Amino acid sequence: MDPNAIINMHNVNFYYGQSRALTDITMDFLKKRVTALIGPSGCGKSTLLRLLNRMNDLIDGTRVEGEILFEGKNIYASDIDPVEIRRKIGMVFQKPNPFPKTIYNNIAYGPKLTSTNNNDMDILVEQSLMQAVLWDEVKDILNKSAMNLSGGQQQRLCIARALAMKPDILLMDEPTSALDPLSTAKIEELIEELKKDYTIIIVTHNMQQAARISDETAFFYLGNLVEYNKTGKIFTNPDVKHTEDYITGRFG
Amino acid sequence: MEERKHTSLHYEMELQEIKNGLIYLGALTEKAIQSAMTSLANRDSDIARKVIKEDDEIDKLDSELEERCIRILALRQPTAIDLRFITTAIKITGHLERIGDMAVNIAEKVIQLNEEPQLKPYIDLPHMAGIVGEMIKNSLDSFIESNLEVAEKVRQKEQVVDDLNEQIFRELLTFMMEDSKTIHRALMIMQVSKNLERIADHAKGIADMVTYMVTGECVRHLTCNLDEKKE
Repeated sequence: MDPNAIINMHNVNFYYGQSRALTDITMDFLKKRVTALIGPSGCGKSTLLRLLNRMNDLIDGTRVEGEILFEGKNIYASDIDPVEIRRKIGMVFQKPNPFPKTIYNNIAYGPKLTSTNNNDMDILVEQSLMQAVLWDEVKDILNKSAMNLSGGQQQRLCIARALAMKPDILLMDEPTSALDPLSTAKIEELIEELKKDYTIIIVTHNMQQAARISDETAFFYLGNLVEYNKTGKIFTNPDVKHTEDYITGRFG
Repeated sequence: MEERKHTSLHYEMELQEIKNGLIYLGALTEKAIQSAMTSLANRDSDIARKVIKEDDEIDKLDSELEERCIRILALRQPTAIDLRFITTAIKITGHLERIGDMAVNIAEKVIQLNEEPQLKPYIDLPHMAGIVGEMIKNSLDSFIESNLEVAEKVRQKEQVVDDLNEQIFRELLTFMMEDSKTIHRALMIMQVSKNLERIADHAKGIADMVTYMVTGECVRHLTCNLDEKKE
């Protein structure tokens, strides 16, 4: 077990009903690193991401086997509150999904629900927006609806919203697939900054993006973890032929 | 292992075109050295002048291949074996272009040498040129076949060429010490030998790149693992 790991997965299997979506996954996610999960559609990468903050609990008929430890504790243990897990392990989705509220309230909504001390809310909102590199663009329109922001701004707002909960880990499920290249570049730059303080696990179909922003890359195929290594190694000289065929476009 | 084809056949074709271009460029440079050495052995300055003239084609092909590689880097953003292939191709085309320049250097010296009586019968130089020609051929074969054994063979030959160069240098030194009138011609021959020795270095450079292309490991220098440096 890597001492720098924040999440350890041991022999994890995951089922949608009778169908097995993940097979015997054993891997560690390292603290304050960006890990990219890549693979063709249906390979299980998003399923794995959602396992890490128990989002799959919300789907009927699913079943997890094995162990997922977050800072040494099994997140699927009976005494663990999934809501608390989701607070510590935040998530950003493919499509920006701001609440139909003001920019300010988008950020303040979560902390207001979970904390009794709301005195420093203005500071928290400002800090979160600054961390998401959105503050300068929205500081004068905090009481305007978040729905008026551009797609890229909305996605950064969603990141700021997740950061406001002071998580340890940020899960990102194709966070830039609906964005234009400039907004994508801003999010990628933001990820580089955020990894100083947070652990980031990102699912992406964009191989160049995985190569640009991640420290480690895991390649999945048909629910199996095929190769997991440093990103530089995966993209220049992968150990497994299957990985090479996928990333060089010799697939299917 | 047989490489699977890319899903994009256009991409597959672009990579093959680069490979074909390198084979052709390699053939041109091999011919340039052979001709330069023939012009020396036969004291034929016309052949030497032809070598100089034909270097333009080598330069042109080098630029064209480099441009194709850069285009693929920009448009296809290759990874893994494709990335190593393209970076290797860029390096190889540079090596071959320099080999062409060395052939021109030799041809220029031959023209000067032919204006004076022959200093001595050429025995070691053609032998050296034969080894160097084989090194170039083998280095390109190793590239085309991704053959590490052949690449290693090229590396081993480099020392033989270095030794021959030393031997020629020492021999010419005795000529110069015995008779100062031979100095100019001896220096010209030394430069021919030195150019052959440098061509061998370039062939070794190609072999090193082939090893990188096949294994992903850098053999040119002892340490070049960026991931380890970053840790």
